[in-house]
Amino acid sequence: MLSVQPRIESSKKMAWFSPIIAIVLTMLVSSLMFLALGVSPTKAFEVFILQPVSDTYNIGELMVKAGPLLLCATGLALCYRANIWNIGAEGQLLVGAVASSAVAIQATQNSGFGVLLLALAAGIVAGMLWAAIPTFLYRLFHTNIILSTIMLNYIGLYTLLWAVHGPLADPDGFGFPESIIFADSVLLPLLSDNGRATISIVVAVGLALLSGLALYKTLPGFKLRVYGEDQAAARYAGFNSGKIVWGVMLFAGALAGFAGASEVIGPIGQLIPSVSPGYGYAAIIVAYLGRLNPIGIILSSLFMGSLYMGSDLAQIELGLPTAITGLFQGILLFFLLACDYLIFYQIKVVPRETEKRRQETLLQMKRDANDMNEVTSEDTKAQQGAL
Amino acid sequence: MKINKWMAATAFTVSSLFAATSFAADPLKVGFVYVGPVGDHGWSYEHDQGRLEMQEHFGDKVETTFVENVPEGADAERVITQLAKSGHDLIFTTSFGFMNPTLKAAKRFPNVTFEHATGYKRSKNVSTYVLRTYEGRYVSGVAAGMATKTNTIGYIASFPIPEVIRDINSVYLGAKSVNPDVKIKIVWVNTWYDPGKESDAANALMDQGVDIVIQHTDSPAPLIAAEKRGIMGIGQASDMSHFAPKSHMFSVRDVWAPHYIRTVQEVMDKSWAPEDYWGGFADDILQIVSINPDLPADIQSAITSTHSKIKSGEFHPFTGPMLDNTGKEVIAAGYTLTDAELAAVNWYVEGIDASIPK
Repeated sequence: MLSVQPRIESSKKMAWFSPIIAIVLTMLVSSLMFLALGVSPTKAFEVFILQPVSDTYNIGELMVKAGPLLLCATGLALCYRANIWNIGAEGQLLVGAVASSAVAIQATQNSGFGVLLLALAAGIVAGMLWAAIPTFLYRLFHTNIILSTIMLNYIGLYTLLWAVHGPLADPDGFGFPESIIFADSVLLPLLSDNGRATISIVVAVGLALLSGLALYKTLPGFKLRVYGEDQAAARYAGFNSGKIVWGVMLFAGALAGFAGASEVIGPIGQLIPSVSPGYGYAAIIVAYLGRLNPIGIILSSLFMGSLYMGSDLAQIELGLPTAITGLFQGILLFFLLACDYLIFYQIKVVPRETEKRRQETLLQMKRDANDMNEVTSEDTKAQQGAL
Repeated sequence: MKINKWMAATAFTVSSLFAATSFAADPLKVGFVYVGPVGDHGWSYEHDQGRLEMQEHFGDKVETTFVENVPEGADAERVITQLAKSGHDLIFTTSFGFMNPTLKAAKRFPNVTFEHATGYKRSKNVSTYVLRTYEGRYVSGVAAGMATKTNTIGYIASFPIPEVIRDINSVYLGAKSVNPDVKIKIVWVNTWYDPGKESDAANALMDQGVDIVIQHTDSPAPLIAAEKRGIMGIGQASDMSHFAPKSHMFSVRDVWAPHYIRTVQEVMDKSWAPEDYWGGFADDILQIVSINPDLPADIQSAITSTHSKIKSGEFHPFTGPMLDNTGKEVIAAGYTLTDAELAAVNWYVEGIDASIPK
């Protein structure tokens, strides 16, 4: 009979194979869905998988979509590796966009490269400051970092709305919530004339590679991983926890702020209320799909980017409503995460008797553990009584 | 002889192939970009109704595509570009936030025709089209002015842009024409579509003694909130009568089909030229629908007579003399605002006790 057993060591082979199994399962299940809707599955997969990379314009757009996801997810992955649950990339990205726009609206057609750098720097610094608030609260009062970062996302959004309705609004824009269109001199250089991808995507990939290198090949990276695995061990080893927490949070904030700046002085070219369609939140999924490894995140951000693009293409080419695309994406993510189970567990065919004995042993071990717990809890009760 | 026959046959086939391609004209491909889901019961829903009616009108002479739920950020330009790239000849972008993305895409595709709803920027292949919503508001004002018992009308306003400010004035002018003691209370929600916020705003207004709720937002939530408290309201963008059978006075419906049919015909005839199109009662692009039969007869007849007076052009709400609420003359006696002036209204008419948020 089939038996599920935990692996002693996570499987290296399965780490590679599980995504492939997931994709095959997704194709099987979604083929049924597409057939039921009267759409040829081969045509559907062509639109979802091949079209986003079918020509230079689409490849450029894929990079436009993947860039902010990659930047945010890289920062988040380092935080999660250190066991710090930063959910605040969205807010950091938005304030980065606001600060960068505040500089960019000052630029004229003749402004030099310095203004562009200043606009980028403003975005990065704003993102870092936004990340510094929850870090400070956490270090000083042990505030829950999940809650404080989520709440700062809302404050970040309302800061953006205030800015775009008020001080940064286009004075000749009839009161519509948007800034002026920025001068070309302050826009990031394009990678190709046929598209909107800017050099920020190159910087993003470079930063992800460097982060990966730092995480696995340097002492600070090692300290970070130890701190994330076991805080007590890190303390005994004499690692400075303040440095680790501040380091990863500020780094994540800087990357998210950079992402926000590169959106407004990149493909959008002005400040608008909807700078981000939720990049900071989607980046959490991207970070996990990339297994919290910056190199893996490069792939997962491209993958998620192509899913988003496939959604529009499926509506244009196949007339499928967005809800169906949502279902397809949901099936894919479900199988991807479900198949990761195979990395940590193995499914084996064993004789019925062996399995029965194993189950009994497990049950017995559980009972023993429970008894132990009862004993210890009685002990504590007795101690408390004595006090 | 044999060979000749064969060649003739081939020549015939080839020529008929060419004929087939040139005679059976390709359908005109028309794309639509929506900001919301087509099932929002308001703005995007009515645009899609317009698309369907246009599709039915032209049959297989057109092929339509729509992309829904398109965010107004960096994604918009990609979606519009992809529609143009995939061979669409005419593209309607139906939200203000698509203005600059539409213009950027239009520059890349000079042979594609673009139409942007509610914007103010045009180019040689980009037109704009808007509704004369103030006409519907004036009728709403007349009905509200007659129906109110507390002499207080509530207005749920979206963004402080000229369209909304103009419509607040229009409601007040309509109400004042039948009820000199009427007051208007305004709540800004800074959104076009957020059922929760809209509902909160309706409740806040009702708490302040408002007994007619008028909304400049797209969800039926304010009407539903009004129905719960037995207060009257007016439907926006689509027929909202089924959301509040008792409280619904009437709806001002956006009917886009006539504009879509006309534009597609112009593009087919190659007679299209960029314009700033304003559609209202006169073109039946804005309609008063589902008047509640339980309304008093005098209110019902006031609604229809005001509607026909505006429709025939006999009456225009923005005709002078008119003062703003600081006492400054904004329209001279006998003068009627032009469309360009209507698109830049940034003052409240005399009697509105509020100031425009800056």
